[in-house]
Amino acid sequence: MKKKTIIAILAGLLLLSLLASAAGCPAPKSDYPLHDPMVRFKIATTTSLYDTGLWYHLEPIFEELANVEMDIVYAGTGIALEYGRRGDVDAIIVHDRAREDVFIADGYGINRRNFAYNFFLIAGPESDPAGIAGSTATKAFQKLYNAGLNDPGAVKFVSRGDDSGTHAKEKLIWSQAGFDYEEVRNSGAWYVEAGKGMGPTLLMANEMQAYVMADISTFLAYNLKSDLDIVSIVEKDPIFLNVYAAIAINPATHPKAKIDIANQLINWLISDEVQDIISTYGEAEYGRSLFFPIAGCDMPGCPPVEDYTLPVPEYTGS
Amino acid sequence: MTELWEGLVTAVKLIISFDPEVMQIAGRSLAISASSSTIAALLCLPLGSVIHFHRFPGKRTLINITQTLFSLPTVAVGLFVFVLFSSAGPLGGFGILFSPAVMVIGQVVLITPLMLGLIISALSATDKAITDTAVSLGASGFQMAAVTLREARFGVLAGLIMGFGRAISEVGLSLMVGGNIRGFTRTITTAISLETSKGDLELALALGMILIFIALVINIGLNRIQQR
Repeated sequence: MKKKTIIAILAGLLLLSLLASAAGCPAPKSDYPLHDPMVRFKIATTTSLYDTGLWYHLEPIFEELANVEMDIVYAGTGIALEYGRRGDVDAIIVHDRAREDVFIADGYGINRRNFAYNFFLIAGPESDPAGIAGSTATKAFQKLYNAGLNDPGAVKFVSRGDDSGTHAKEKLIWSQAGFDYEEVRNSGAWYVEAGKGMGPTLLMANEMQAYVMADISTFLAYNLKSDLDIVSIVEKDPIFLNVYAAIAINPATHPKAKIDIANQLINWLISDEVQDIISTYGEAEYGRSLFFPIAGCDMPGCPPVEDYTLPVPEYTGS
Repeated sequence: MTELWEGLVTAVKLIISFDPEVMQIAGRSLAISASSSTIAALLCLPLGSVIHFHRFPGKRTLINITQTLFSLPTVAVGLFVFVLFSSAGPLGGFGILFSPAVMVIGQVVLITPLMLGLIISALSATDKAITDTAVSLGASGFQMAAVTLREARFGVLAGLIMGFGRAISEVGLSLMVGGNIRGFTRTITTAISLETSKGDLELALALGMILIFIALVINIGLNRIQQR
């Protein structure tokens, strides 16, 4: 009987997998169309654009437009750049100008365009035990450091700790505040490295009643969804400017990269259509838009106009 | 407590309403894990019999290694498979990173040692007299293996169930090589991890309950077969 049993089980499992794939794959859903011909186009996107739901909104529109199946991998800027260097995706959406420049100079990316911006903020417990309200970003970090060292029970700071764009900005602020980052991260229990995306890091800071640096969009989105106890304390410092960029993977380095679709995506992101979507995205739910169209960016640190007005040219080989 | 309760209510609602996205995710989880367990079983049943019935130098070491690999961390397998199938890696030419196919491959790597080890254990636990009798009655190697496998069916089945269970419940590997792409590589476990990180605990709990429910149904089914 034994062999029959085993065969029956294997057949059952196989049948199960067939049934499941039959049940699982087509399931046409109005807001999630599958395209035929199925060209799969892969992008890695920074977590804030995903956690706020912006990509959920944009994905079906672009899929329709380009007649592709878009695969969106959720990744902080550090890992998105790594996927790009390895040629595992066709385009990346990131927000760390310094590393973007290196990425492009090294020949991994072309056709960078900026398409949206917002700001970071420092959130923390309403009682503000470190007394950072009214401070600039650098001053707030100095106060956090001192208060955290003095009383790690009351003052904690949760860092992304994941080499993301937000983490890079945090390191920049530490260095402008006069600290050596390695010293800060090893200075004690008050400095917590989450190693997670923006949303999860916010939730962690909320659980711990800790301070955290976040982009406004993710903060607002999570505040509505999860009713955060921590509140925004320091905002409106020029250093908090946060600019998002789309970069195509260079086909000269990775010949399989789908450059034409990547170019189409980038030109679409800077088009009036998407800029309009960005200018209103989230208004209904949050009372204000979560991101700003890039053209409105007019402060020091904003990208030059051609970085978002000049359409990327068709790729003709190099 | 309210969260747990609401999670349960949401789970029941999602299941009875056949919520298309949830059904799709559950179906995909099942398809991927059932495929990987079937492939692993097809590898392990013959391989386990061969190892059990043959004496060769290093057999003990081989079994020890297999048993050590029971505790293979899923993220380590994930990293290994990622590097292998990444575009820049040795098998990058297949272009299957971030697809269900590579998740199946990863799960096969992950659960093969477990299935193999448990099948060998089950075979070793059978009465030696059975094989001796079979041999004395002039059984061929294949017949001998068949007789012993039948005798060891409870243990062998337990091995298959364990393998399937490990495949459908792992998350590190699926996240790393599958990329958790909505509508393509998102499974129950990666969806739970994402929904939790998005703070949507009710949906995450609901998905967790659906996973347990699937496991329950499969185990009941296999037990029925086992007891026949």
